Amino acid sequence: MSYTQLKRVDLIFDTEATTKDILQTAWSKTNEQIVNELLESGLKGRGGAGFPTAMKWKFTSEQAEKERYVICNADEGEPGTFKDREILFKVPQKVFGGMAVCAKVIGATQGFVYLRGEYRFLLKELQKQLDDFHAILKALSINFNITIIMGSGAYICGEESALFESMEGKRGEPRNKPPYPTIAGFRSKPTVINNVETLVYAFMITKHGAKKFKDLGTADSRGSKVFSISGDTPKAGIYELELGMTVDQFVEEFGDGDTKAVQVGGASGFCVPRKKFKDTIIGFEGVPTGGSMMLFNSSRSMYNVLHNYLEFFEEESCGQCTPCRVGCQQLIKGIEAVKKGEKHAVYLDQLMKLSQTMKITAKCGLGQSVANSFSSIVDNFKEEMIY
Amino acid sequence: MPEIKDLVKGLADTHGRTRESLIPILQGVITHENYISDEAMTEIARELDISAAQVYGTATFYSFLDTQPRGKYVIRVCKTITCAMKGKNLIIQELEDLLKVKLGETTPNRKFSLLETNCLGWCHKGPAMLINDEAYTELTPEKVREIINEYIKK
Repeated sequence: MSYTQLKRVDLIFDTEATTKDILQTAWSKTNEQIVNELLESGLKGRGGAGFPTAMKWKFTSEQAEKERYVICNADEGEPGTFKDREILFKVPQKVFGGMAVCAKVIGATQGFVYLRGEYRFLLKELQKQLDDFHAILKALSINFNITIIMGSGAYICGEESALFESMEGKRGEPRNKPPYPTIAGFRSKPTVINNVETLVYAFMITKHGAKKFKDLGTADSRGSKVFSISGDTPKAGIYELELGMTVDQFVEEFGDGDTKAVQVGGASGFCVPRKKFKDTIIGFEGVPTGGSMMLFNSSRSMYNVLHNYLEFFEEESCGQCTPCRVGCQQLIKGIEAVKKGEKHAVYLDQLMKLSQTMKITAKCGLGQSVANSFSSIVDNFKEEMIY
Repeated sequence: MPEIKDLVKGLADTHGRTRESLIPILQGVITHENYISDEAMTEIARELDISAAQVYGTATFYSFLDTQPRGKYVIRVCKTITCAMKGKNLIIQELEDLLKVKLGETTPNRKFSLLETNCLGWCHKGPAMLINDEAYTELTPEKVREIINEYIKK
């Protein structure tokens, strides 16, 4: 399928059908039907990592342990991402609905929403919406209950196993994997943990069937996605777009006419320079994103951008594994030294090696992904790092 | 400190006394006291029957669980890239002038603390800040002055 132009989609924020209607549709289907539709739709996780949603649900439902949980990951902390806040603000019941459908499939009776501390102002309204939702469940005789858990300002808790640790009352330090959450998640029980947006798509696929979603996007990146667009753009905001566009098409629509780079996927994502706009697809076949799209025009120093990202990682690193804890510190020191002329420019190659080492040896996605922005910015804007 | 003791006991009655209750209790202490003192941590450890080191370890992990004395209103200005590009430094300068404190400090009357924080999720409406749980976006020095004046009256 060739992608010709940006297409606005309205699956997430559409409120045509009521929550109750969609729940009734879901409950008229068998669990196999729901999983097969999800599989057919090609829905992949919308938090960034992109694991097929149907498989998560299926694996969890197949576990011997009967105590199972469904968790909504609303710890949206990636720089440049703010779509989950909007989704929770505008269509919270669809998020809860997605959780209920998941609970039906995996046989869970308890669900949790882990909301980041920065979004505490949402809590009051969210709790009210949740009470209404529980009333709908009761009217339909569905035995499922959701509790909202508040985070307290830690980016790393968006990593699923760190999130479980946090919910268990501990420091948010990621666990070793395997075992994966589908086998041992929250309280070491089989757990499905999905991003806010993923749950809404799952809910809408249950309503519309697989086709409507599958017909959108490309072979590797099916459907649409909610993008958070910020930086040097006259159209900053939240947009649901069909997947499969190139960065060039994106910049054509959202750029300010002077875009020199786009950071796709936030601080842990990749920087795409102007010369690569045409050949880079936004999606799992090119540069994946959890929704974060930051545009930089030619007035911006990419050294400052990288420095800001590294400071972010250095602070948010949980500190338990050495590659990430020490690596982030050394990368900052290193680029500062090169900039000041204390180190020769070839030292950047050493730093690149260090970032690659972090990619291989760090325990979780945070430490592993520092190399993404580091190498893509240093590679493409070397002169800005030196002079 | 009897008040802390009562507060912690009340919070433990509400949230339970398991390890999973720890963070909700710490959050409750913040709501009432603006920070978690050593006394509060020891008291929580006693209520939950875990070591004080575990309470300390957990509290110090999370950036919103302050263990330093803080003012009644904690101002957290977003310092991540897009807010930085849209003039975060001017906002901090204005706040420093208004409150007569430096970044990281608390006013002598214990009313305001001025801090920086990582991405608040308002990148399209930067610069942004939180005052306690309330979010303020698309800030300008003028807007900041108005907001702070309102808080000074409170």
